[in-house]
Amino acid sequence: MFQELKPAILIFLGFTLITGIIYPFVVTCISQATMPEQADGSLIVRDGKPVGSALIGQNFSNPKYFWGRPSATEPMPYNAAASSGSNLGPTNPALFNAIKARIKALKNADPGNKLPIPVDLVTASGSGLDPEISPAAAAYQIERVAHARNLDPVKVRQLVEQYTQGRQFGILGEPRVNVLKLNLALDSLR
Amino acid sequence: MTANGLLQIGLYFTVLLAMVKPLGLYMAKIYEGNLPAFVRWISPFENLFYRICRVKQEEEMNWTRYAMAMLWFGLLSVLVVYGLQRLQGMLPLNPQKFGPVSPDSSFNTAISFMTNTNWQGYSGESTMSYLTQMMGLAVQNFISAAVGMAVLIALIRGFARNTAETIGNFWVDVMRSIIYILLPLSLILALVLVSQGVIQNFSPYKNIQTVETLNYNNPEMDASGNPIMDASGKPVTEKATTRKQVLPMGPAASQIAIKQLGTNGGGFFNVNSAHPFENPTPFSNFLEMIALLLIPAALCYTFGRMVGDTRQGWAILAAMTLIFVGFLAVAEYSEQSGNPVFATLNVDQTVSNSQAGGNMEGKETRFGIVNSALWATATAAASNGSVNSMHDSFTPLGGLVPLALISLGEVVFGGVGSGLYGMLIYVVFAVFIAGLMIGRTPEYLGKKIESFDVKMASLVILIPPLIILVGTALGVTMDAGKAGVANPGAHGFSEILYAFVSATGNNGSAFAGLSANTPFYNTALGFAMFFGRIWLMIPVLALAGSLAAKKRIPSGVGTMPTHTPLFIWLLIGTVFLVGAMTFIPALALGPVVEHLTMIGVH
Repeated sequence: MFQELKPAILIFLGFTLITGIIYPFVVTCISQATMPEQADGSLIVRDGKPVGSALIGQNFSNPKYFWGRPSATEPMPYNAAASSGSNLGPTNPALFNAIKARIKALKNADPGNKLPIPVDLVTASGSGLDPEISPAAAAYQIERVAHARNLDPVKVRQLVEQYTQGRQFGILGEPRVNVLKLNLALDSLR
Repeated sequence: MTANGLLQIGLYFTVLLAMVKPLGLYMAKIYEGNLPAFVRWISPFENLFYRICRVKQEEEMNWTRYAMAMLWFGLLSVLVVYGLQRLQGMLPLNPQKFGPVSPDSSFNTAISFMTNTNWQGYSGESTMSYLTQMMGLAVQNFISAAVGMAVLIALIRGFARNTAETIGNFWVDVMRSIIYILLPLSLILALVLVSQGVIQNFSPYKNIQTVETLNYNNPEMDASGNPIMDASGKPVTEKATTRKQVLPMGPAASQIAIKQLGTNGGGFFNVNSAHPFENPTPFSNFLEMIALLLIPAALCYTFGRMVGDTRQGWAILAAMTLIFVGFLAVAEYSEQSGNPVFATLNVDQTVSNSQAGGNMEGKETRFGIVNSALWATATAAASNGSVNSMHDSFTPLGGLVPLALISLGEVVFGGVGSGLYGMLIYVVFAVFIAGLMIGRTPEYLGKKIESFDVKMASLVILIPPLIILVGTALGVTMDAGKAGVANPGAHGFSEILYAFVSATGNNGSAFAGLSANTPFYNTALGFAMFFGRIWLMIPVLALAGSLAAKKRIPSGVGTMPTHTPLFIWLLIGTVFLVGAMTFIPALALGPVVEHLTMIGVH
């Protein structure tokens, strides 16, 4: 019965060394040497200071910025230190009320807009940190942003198109717009 | 379903199935000790390792010794992972200064990673030090996967051998699984993932000054860190503003590669592969989904090759693929149809070139509906349990798909090793049923299936439902169980059912609204995971021992062929019959009731 205990202990230690220490350090060394930007979180740097990560969304609620996906992280939205979805079930009245409140906020910021609202703009993302919205959700906000900034909507539309990413390799995933990058580009327009 | 959606799914299957034969053949050669030339340079290291660890490479084990080695290994794993979590505050590589994890959560997580479940009651980025993730959790990702593969190989040897007393050497099987298969594949995948933006570093978390100032309500805490409640039970909050965002860091890519390849599923971050640092692009998502089913699918070929008839392996792979496609269609259709409740609010859920549409609650923009539903189906078919969208927010029938696939025993591809040995148990059952129908002694691959074998197979099939149904009954009747529920009505029942199904099936995904990091759930689910793994492996090894001892009889005119379409359908029928009889009542109370409620709303 105890015959296999000794090899068990020795092999366990061996694997801890190989897979628990050597393997992650090798991956880290190669990544840091060849792809430091990605390995360190794809940071966006402006004037020498990091202003965010291209992969992690930020909260926007001012009408002059494009808004991202609603975020269900606690205690504040887009809390990158505590990723979380809403986990609200499809028939939960709390989900219905949350969506109603988000629609109201969008309408208050843009009373003249009577178009149907793209679903991703009123539903919380899985991570709570989704950096992107659909091109439809960006298009819905163009008039509002242009108005708030006294810009020609055509110019804002061009910027949105410039920041729209198609499917990867033309096939994979969905087309999307990175909200933080787009808003930073808006801010540096003038 | 759009043309692009079909194209993405088609591409996925093409790539997956194209890799079955090369990888399956490679694995068969590794386990037979017939190393291909390009990996022979590793062999001296392997032999050195055996010498240091006092393992006699040529010494074969009978099934009880094989099982004993497996149990000692499991016990050590639990103790070390538990210890690391409890002591992490005093250990290095802890830049965020996380304190010890609570005893019940540590127990749960230790069992969870030893059993290849990777159920996560904790939240990675706010609980675990880099050292715990790397040396505790990631090591288990390798070891638990290798143990599953070893047990499968032992069972295959049971079929392949003729009047043998032994079924192989546990240490050699585990060793080879790791150094020739899991480790090289992980290394490649990890580096490709980094190129897509998955992080890999040992830096402390980074503080960012955000573009906009954020106003929010901060819950007030008492001296011991618990939220203060007002008279009506709501948390007391104070107005706060911030321009700070804290970006988590860590050695994520190395862990994510093995969590997918080893069908472990335990994420580096709380939201698993929905997190942009864990799964940043559609291409990283595609690779992670391929990795998820790669080894389980390829092992079918390994099986066919090792028993000397590759048609047997293809037949099983065909049965798995057919079941998978059926469930996938339901998930894609339900999620793309969206939520009728939103339709009353002038929300646009239609799919077009500029949006994914459908039920986007809990899903990421870059993955949309197609890749979220595909991932959910794959992760539940395999015993992986990683997620790229929140299953709790799926439509009722969309959420039924993962729940049902796990309930069937994760035999559709399934966990590395565990999926195929589960399916082989169903095969034994299918030939037994067929034997009863035609009045002949059932046999499979030239081995007579006798009373002892059917008893062991029955244990494997009957133990999980027992744990699941008793556990769920406890959860819905005890106050400690009901306290964790997040959503009202039938959905709350589904949350508890999903937790026990997922734990017992060693899956690890969740209807994550359930607050499971409580002493009740940590303990109950810990035991469910333990028995759901060990109590299946022991009968499987007993079956392997019994089969190995039998004579291989050549097939005659009365032998039922087990590689034909007829047998494939018989196998699918057996899986559904057993699964349906066991779980339909429970599924009817949860997702089915909720679906009827939902479509009745508008």
